[in-house]
Amino acid sequence: MIYENKFTANTQLKLSPFFERTSKLNESQEWRRWSGYLAATNYELTHENEYFSIRTKASLLDITPLKKYIIEGPDAQQFLDRLVTRNIGICKVGQVMYTPWCDEYGKVIDDGTVQRLTENKFRITSAEPNLDWIITNSAGMAVTIRDDSYTTAALALQGPNSRAILNVVASDSLDSLKFFWMMETTFGDIPVSISRTGYTGDLGYEIWIDPKDALEVWDLLLEKGGTFGLTPTGLQALDIARIEAGLILLDVDYISSRHAIIETRKSSPYELGLGWAVKLKKEDFIGKAALVDEVSRDPKWSFVGIEIQWPELEKHYRNAGLAPGLPCTAWRTSTPLYKGNNQVGYATSGAWSPLLKRYIALAHVKSECAVEGFQLLFELKVEHIRKLTPAKVVKTPFFDPERKRSCPA
Amino acid sequence: MPGIKKYDAIVIGGGHNGLTAAAYLGRSGKKVLVLERRHVLGGAAVTEEVFPGFKFTVCSYVVSLMKPNVMRELMLPKFGLELLPLESTMTPLDNDYLIRTADSDQTYREIARHSKKDAETYMRFGPAMSQIGMAVRPILETIAPNAIRPTLSDISASKKLLNHFKSLSSEQFEYLTKLMTMSSADFLDEWFEFEPLKSTMSASGIIGTFMGPRSPGSAYVMLHHYMGDIDGAFRAWGFQRGGTGAVSMAIARSAEHFGVDIMTEAPVAKVIVKNGCATGVALENGDEYNSNIVITALDPKLSFLKMVDEGDLPSDFVTAIKNFRIRGSSGKVNLALDALPDFTCLTGDEHYLRGAISISPTYDHLERAYDDAKYGNFSQAPFMDIILPSVIDPGMAPPGKHVMSCFVQYAPYDIEGGWNDKKREDFGDAVINTIARYAPNIKDIILHRQILTPADLESTFGLTEGNIFHGELTLQQLFSLRPAVKWADYTTPIKNYFQCGSGTHPGGGITGSPGEMAAKKIIGIQ
Repeated sequence: MIYENKFTANTQLKLSPFFERTSKLNESQEWRRWSGYLAATNYELTHENEYFSIRTKASLLDITPLKKYIIEGPDAQQFLDRLVTRNIGICKVGQVMYTPWCDEYGKVIDDGTVQRLTENKFRITSAEPNLDWIITNSAGMAVTIRDDSYTTAALALQGPNSRAILNVVASDSLDSLKFFWMMETTFGDIPVSISRTGYTGDLGYEIWIDPKDALEVWDLLLEKGGTFGLTPTGLQALDIARIEAGLILLDVDYISSRHAIIETRKSSPYELGLGWAVKLKKEDFIGKAALVDEVSRDPKWSFVGIEIQWPELEKHYRNAGLAPGLPCTAWRTSTPLYKGNNQVGYATSGAWSPLLKRYIALAHVKSECAVEGFQLLFELKVEHIRKLTPAKVVKTPFFDPERKRSCPA
Repeated sequence: MPGIKKYDAIVIGGGHNGLTAAAYLGRSGKKVLVLERRHVLGGAAVTEEVFPGFKFTVCSYVVSLMKPNVMRELMLPKFGLELLPLESTMTPLDNDYLIRTADSDQTYREIARHSKKDAETYMRFGPAMSQIGMAVRPILETIAPNAIRPTLSDISASKKLLNHFKSLSSEQFEYLTKLMTMSSADFLDEWFEFEPLKSTMSASGIIGTFMGPRSPGSAYVMLHHYMGDIDGAFRAWGFQRGGTGAVSMAIARSAEHFGVDIMTEAPVAKVIVKNGCATGVALENGDEYNSNIVITALDPKLSFLKMVDEGDLPSDFVTAIKNFRIRGSSGKVNLALDALPDFTCLTGDEHYLRGAISISPTYDHLERAYDDAKYGNFSQAPFMDIILPSVIDPGMAPPGKHVMSCFVQYAPYDIEGGWNDKKREDFGDAVINTIARYAPNIKDIILHRQILTPADLESTFGLTEGNIFHGELTLQQLFSLRPAVKWADYTTPIKNYFQCGSGTHPGGGITGSPGEMAAKKIIGIQ
């Protein structure tokens, strides 16, 4: 490590096993905190090239800070099926499922992926620590639960060239690996697990490895990936990509029900656009009764994509004598949405999409407004003055390329 | 083969402006046919695999001024428009370099290395040019009013423009006047002192124009290029993934989405004119297509001196078109490379190969290059604007291999003794030798070279005299004078015959603007 530990107390930020490399590549030395780790905001001085690498070349992201838990034992499937809202019973070995999980009142605690590693062994990822919740709810079941957060390092390899790079590096072809499936293979003699998952809404993979192999894997990918435009990428670029993909972020787009001080801060999966991931036909799972009840009453809030309309936005700036001002990075400040004089919602994250040439945002709106094409007014500040400018409810994902799901013929 | 023989509109030429006009007309519900002479669409905005595995941005290589509303209204991102940033400009010097990047701190430090004064002035220059850009943009986005026989809409457009001019600050007015009249060298001398900075910035004032940086009028051309940077977040200035041909294909897909028929390998021989009115076109193979209107996306010389008979046009108009300046001044050299060129000034650093590389070390370098051309030779040491598309978009070449696009100036159309195969190779050698001065390994890594002289640009792409802008962007042939007085509003002296190419207002570059505005004019009339 080039980073000298000067404190002995175990209270410092964690350094990822890739830090030895990432710290040297990080030209901007801009870092964010992510689950107690230092994570690169940008590697270059501006994030543009990193963003375009995700969409047109390939990006390499250190996602080690994700929380990871291994759940193993004869009751593992039954336990997870009870924990999360999706049907884990139909998750085959080698398959991955994205799912939220809720408290007893049907309010979302966290969201992540469940990987079925073997018949009786799963890995679940989450944004926040969930060990206590998982252990508490496993009482009486034949499972062992292990915090895998520090024992598995992970990289996301995302972008249209990601498959071509893995096909050069891995001993097995990735051509037949389907969206949300995973496989075991090796890079040289290093064993790796590769899942076809990611947080960009593009063709992409996540690579799960033993931390001791971290540097070797990093070097191998960058060495072989260079000719495919593989670019170390930070969180700023990722944030734009995940908004384009319509993917939510804990603590930005919603608050975990465990931290919500007041009831109204909590959200059900239906209110986060995750109704599709709630399988009410399942025998039982945490929060089911409340969710059955909520469906019968129709959820009050919906989660939608909005597009801020360009001609009117431009007019606001022209009137101030300015060229249109657009955020060059993704924003995360709650922004009011109106219908007439009434506030009917709020946008939680947004970005100018450099690829789509559209100004997009993710928003909570009252369900009666959650209709495609519904016209809202978005609050905008032009030269310190508040303005309202039209925004339209549109379908998400904003960007959904065919390559995300397709396999080569 | 299109199923019907009678269209609402026929567009001659499947370049990006022709396709844009067609898409807009299709969008308004008209049945449109586009006829392209070549086997590929795009005109000069074309990507071709000239050497196996290597995709060349054969002619135009960057997107500079694509209009935001065109991208939006034709839904181009949905149909494949993907503009990647070109983040830096490097000017290699003997034993040194100058780099400007997207990061202002980095650029400040780098310029300050050469001149502290310039580094600070540079920070003021950008906003000043943006202000001018804001002042000029409404002019570019207005259909040039007919000053001679104004209609009501012309009067209201003139009034709007007048009010616009009145609204300019005295500073804006000063800069605007200077930009309209001065040479780019004189204009930049008022601001900066470090010559490589000045000469590199002045280079955008000569691109596509038969002028040197010290020729009056070149400052305006510089501004025209600067416009691309205005809508910062838009990054309208960039490299299209897959090359500029992919821009044309995005527009073509949009046009098809709006019901437009497109035919390639369908060269038009003549516009059929009956009683002073265009009624259709005749192809070279004898096929005829009827339509209510015909729109030419060709340059003014071809549109009026070849596609129709002079007898169908008023003689003053014919004279104006004959006088329209369309002198070719540039050539293009595209290279397939086995490895990356290694610039001695920054050896081994691949970072800056992602941006533009400008061979413009001094004013004298540019002006001497112009002198060669003025007297009928190609430049022995030309100005070059180079990009490496495969570094920005690895899909342009096989893994580890590269393509290099060199825009080369000057190469006059009227070269002493005329262009021939030997002269073309000599021109290529002059280009390679000039690059080798800064990147000596270039000679060892060339797998294939494609050299396009102005004569080639004319014969292959139908650019008269090889002029990339369908006519120079000089003041005497801009706005209400482009291509000729009275006929700058996309109409022509022949009824139902319209024009929409770069030879019309607001001129060249991948902007979509002439195509869009012509279509809007036509939709307004019809």
